[in-house]
Amino acid sequence: MIDHLNWTAAAVFVVFFVLVTVLGFVAAHWKRGDLNDLNEWGLGGRRFGAWISWFLIGGDIYTAYTVIAVPSVLYAVGAYGFFAVPYTVIIYPLLYLTFPRLWAVAQRKNYLTAGDYVLGRYGNKWLELAVAFTGILATMPYIALQLVGMERVIDALGFEGTGLMSHLPLTVAFVILALYTYRSGLRAPAMIAFVKDIMIYVFVIAAIIVIPAKLGGYGAIFHSAGEALAKKAAASGGKVAAGLLLSPKQIFPFITLAFGSGLALLMYPHSMTGMLSARSGNTIRINAITLPAYSIMLALIALLGYMALAAGVQVKNPQDAVPHLILSVFPNWFVGFCFAAIAIGALVPAAIMSIGAANTFTRNIWKPFVHPAMNPHEEAVLAKLMSLIVKVGALAFILFVPTKFALDLQLLGGMWMAQIFPAVIFGLYTRWFNGWALLAGWAAGMVIGTWLAWTPAAWVPVHSVFGSSFAVYNGITAFLANVLVAAALSALLPNTARDDTRAEDYADLPETQLAE
Amino acid sequence: MKYLLLMLPTLATLFVPLYNIAEPRLFGFPFFYWFLIVLIPLSSLLTYLVYRGEKR
Repeated sequence: MIDHLNWTAAAVFVVFFVLVTVLGFVAAHWKRGDLNDLNEWGLGGRRFGAWISWFLIGGDIYTAYTVIAVPSVLYAVGAYGFFAVPYTVIIYPLLYLTFPRLWAVAQRKNYLTAGDYVLGRYGNKWLELAVAFTGILATMPYIALQLVGMERVIDALGFEGTGLMSHLPLTVAFVILALYTYRSGLRAPAMIAFVKDIMIYVFVIAAIIVIPAKLGGYGAIFHSAGEALAKKAAASGGKVAAGLLLSPKQIFPFITLAFGSGLALLMYPHSMTGMLSARSGNTIRINAITLPAYSIMLALIALLGYMALAAGVQVKNPQDAVPHLILSVFPNWFVGFCFAAIAIGALVPAAIMSIGAANTFTRNIWKPFVHPAMNPHEEAVLAKLMSLIVKVGALAFILFVPTKFALDLQLLGGMWMAQIFPAVIFGLYTRWFNGWALLAGWAAGMVIGTWLAWTPAAWVPVHSVFGSSFAVYNGITAFLANVLVAAALSALLPNTARDDTRAEDYADLPETQLAE
Repeated sequence: MKYLLLMLPTLATLFVPLYNIAEPRLFGFPFFYWFLIVLIPLSSLLTYLVYRGEKR
């Protein structure tokens, strides 16, 4: 089981893991609050300033899975994988415009989730349920994929095993994570995010200096990667479009995937949790300006896929490309550091995702449909329990379901998440839409998107439009259908439902009220 | 004006055929790659300008 273990790397790895575990438990005492109140446990009391939010949100949306998956696509097919860069260019202006409004209304009305807001705005608990259901459905496979990222690096350390034993380190790591999230709530990933993000930055800076120096500079890397991709394309007999530039057929899928993913990202429960825990709408604005630093890092991480090609890394599973590149160029102690960075990079989002899903389940499914008279203490107890259940579910997913399935579901998850965008974001500007119409639009989007993705062989993320040569990301097709249905029905049925929010609730809070 | 500044980088990403080219290269990076990377700090700068304008 440990005959081929890289002892130096494994020791460094374990040291860092122990460090963040201690931080995770200590975090309960940070910025003291009553952790038996859901606002404190699940949103850190909405007290995180610009710096903490920057680390927390960065750690939240640039996950370990990103570090593994984005370069793996460049390694496998080239330019297409770079869609992650326009995707991150698109989200920040959107964040700047919309989320300060959502934050303001959420603060005034004590909303913790997207579902809470939708219920207040449209007075429709079925729309609230749809928003909550979508969030939880899309988050579960996402958490599972964080585990995949973690398992890739544990494997690369040389840990071997058969059957369930092969998942032992992962299980131990996850149980520890579950325990400190249970105890400290959002404070745990907020504190660990500092360590994680700094480690990832160190890893990336080292990689983009050391690896090109070894391989003869970026010109040489792009040159050899281009040759390797051309060989792949030729070997497939033209079936695989791989190259340093997009093939004409890839252009539409490339940009619609970027846009669709952008619509989806901010809708995930873990994004909501990260944003709403900020201290003010202004904190979010400052972060919309400063978070792109992570996007530059992401673009450089993506290029690790080409560095792996240029370094001659040969792996069957493209997701092993980055770990094996690290193994081939760095000394053992730094390998341990990099792998720890990736593994801790899985813990932060996994914790926030489970908190986001738990908040959503508690506030938008259990409370309205099972036990309306819940008090804040009961809410916190249930959410803590749910955060455990969600994590056990994700772990079971990885142990018993093929990884391919988690990947497919995550692709579907983005498409699903984009379907709540109209209900949440349009609502910040107008209440012209009828709640029932938005629900019908959501249903249309979910059904069409899922139906388009389904083929007998595999789930496909893009689909050609009316048999033409234009292929479009399903999330965008479904989103357009969604908006169309919601708008048509709203025109027929004007919105007369009760609205708990008023126009002034969306404006920034006066600075004096923000002082602690 | 505010919306135009904020949306400029997003609009730029839409014109894929215009930047789906290799030349001119920068530090060995084909145009496709460095153009998209340059959009990131540009977007951040434009957002900052909008922010400054709003605070005044």
